[in-house]
Amino acid sequence: MSDADVTTTHTPTGSTATDAPFDVERIREQFPILAQRAGDKPLAYLDNAATTQKPHAVLDTLSRYYASENANIHRGVYALSQQATEAYEGARGKVARFLHAAEPAEIIFTRNATEGINLVAQTFGRRQVGAGDEVVISTMEHHSNIVPWQMLCEEQGARLRVVPITDTGELMLDELASLLGPRTKLLSIVHMSNSLGTVNPVRQVVELAQAQGVPVLIDGSQAAYHMPVDVQALGCDFYVVTGHKLYGPTGIGALYGRRALLDAMPPYQGGGDMIRSVTFERTTYNDVPHKFEAGTPHIAGAIGLGAAVDFITGVGFGAIAAHERQLLSYATAALSAVPGLRLIGTAPNKASILSFVLDGVHAHDIGTIVDTEGVAIRTGHHCTQPVMDRFQVPATARASLAMYNTTAEIDQLVSALNKVREVFG
Amino acid sequence: MSDLRELYQEVILDHNRSPRNFGVLEDAMLHADGHNPLCGDKLTIALNVVDEVVTDVRFEGSGCAISKASASLMTEGIKGKTLDEVKALFERFHQLVTDRAAPTDATLGKLAVFAGVRDYPARVKCAILAWHTLIAAVDNSQDQISTE
Ligand SMILES: Cc1ncc(COP(=O)(O)O)c(C=O)c1O
Repeated sequence: MSDADVTTTHTPTGSTATDAPFDVERIREQFPILAQRAGDKPLAYLDNAATTQKPHAVLDTLSRYYASENANIHRGVYALSQQATEAYEGARGKVARFLHAAEPAEIIFTRNATEGINLVAQTFGRRQVGAGDEVVISTMEHHSNIVPWQMLCEEQGARLRVVPITDTGELMLDELASLLGPRTKLLSIVHMSNSLGTVNPVRQVVELAQAQGVPVLIDGSQAAYHMPVDVQALGCDFYVVTGHKLYGPTGIGALYGRRALLDAMPPYQGGGDMIRSVTFERTTYNDVPHKFEAGTPHIAGAIGLGAAVDFITGVGFGAIAAHERQLLSYATAALSAVPGLRLIGTAPNKASILSFVLDGVHAHDIGTIVDTEGVAIRTGHHCTQPVMDRFQVPATARASLAMYNTTAEIDQLVSALNKVREVFG
Repeated sequence: MSDLRELYQEVILDHNRSPRNFGVLEDAMLHADGHNPLCGDKLTIALNVVDEVVTDVRFEGSGCAISKASASLMTEGIKGKTLDEVKALFERFHQLVTDRAAPTDATLGKLAVFAGVRDYPARVKCAILAWHTLIAAVDNSQDQISTE
């Protein structure tokens, strides 16, 4: 099977109709790290759910920014500062278009998805969630969409409710509906699971919540680099993404919030930039989004994230999704044929993630052995311990695919798994 | 493959498949739970100590081959030893799995099969989990004894 043969055959909603034909080798050339070798083997980087690699477009933007555009923003009257401010605010506009927000002010730059969730918990959450209230999440959440709510509920005397999942790793929608009620002050749910690959029917989830008047936060950390996201079409109130999983820099992420909610929310941190005026008697806060961005932000990171979403849009989600869908079905068939291998997470609607266990071999040993064959996969609980408990496994091995992966890399993984069998007998 | 065989020595694979001293030690005088949250390894060490000598020791739990074999070989290696000898053995074992420059130490006996771990920094924790748990079991109890 040759990846070069893959072209877009159809265009999912939200992507542009002008997606160029997809040539995975041309894509790979844009990611310098992929040319590296792991010892005497080619590097097969299959840990994209942990972080994606960075294309030249992002690397060049970062070095150009620091080499010729660096200045602090929102303060200088000189040209360089103006330019930096424009580039930073321009990046906000790019992220807003990428997520289909109604306006750039609905995008708040954060450090990562985790900070976006904590921001909502500490501002919106503290205001809205009181004693006896409930926050609803699901069994398949990443720890970063569990712990901030646990902390909030503990502080406020509220209760955390958890939507269960099926044996294939799907959200139980009827259970979800029955958990929502007058006490529910927020539903926070993952768009795509990082340990199971499940893509949740978030539009339907939002409808269920809206019927009860419950605001919804969606954790789009995994979804946003595999599929187009339209926050207005979804109708969600908050949506978080993390730059380093969008082929962008680490240390930068974004929170989308509906303008009316953001306007009403108290600030997150206090400091420079988030204020309009300060006296010892009284401080007035700046407008959104600046109210939530205290201190000098990660200017280069935001501009780099802007370059990253431009890069993704340039390749096109139609082409990306078609390529990844073909890779996923190839990998699912190839891994299923490995003796003693069991996939964890087999929902009909899933994307690009293959979690598995191997009879008689702990995931950690799998990870070490395939590493010696040049294959980088993640092993462990993937920051989703409740998922491990749900499937009664201590850990899984996980291959997660991105736009630059190839069927040859899947073959490399499978032959590395055969090495595991050779060692363990 | 040859490198891998350095790590996954036959003795290690054997102790992984059929761990020794595996199971519950009824009415154990000392015990502690060990957990490596990174990989989900969990084990419990239980032992009896009479006159500062380890008279019996068992372990339970789940983990990777390195952590299971390490626990199994540890239980074999410490039975009949004094607590001081056990602690000295742990020091030497720790050096074996972390220090690339460490000379071969004949006094380690079978435990020397873990020398390969030093080339896999991500796996050092697996090899020493059982030992840390053992030391915790011994130290906790001494605290308790001293407060009684
Ligand atoms: C589903 C999901 N949510 C949240 C996160 C947290 O992302 P970050 O660590 O970048 O905040 C991750 C990534 O680890 C994830 O996969």
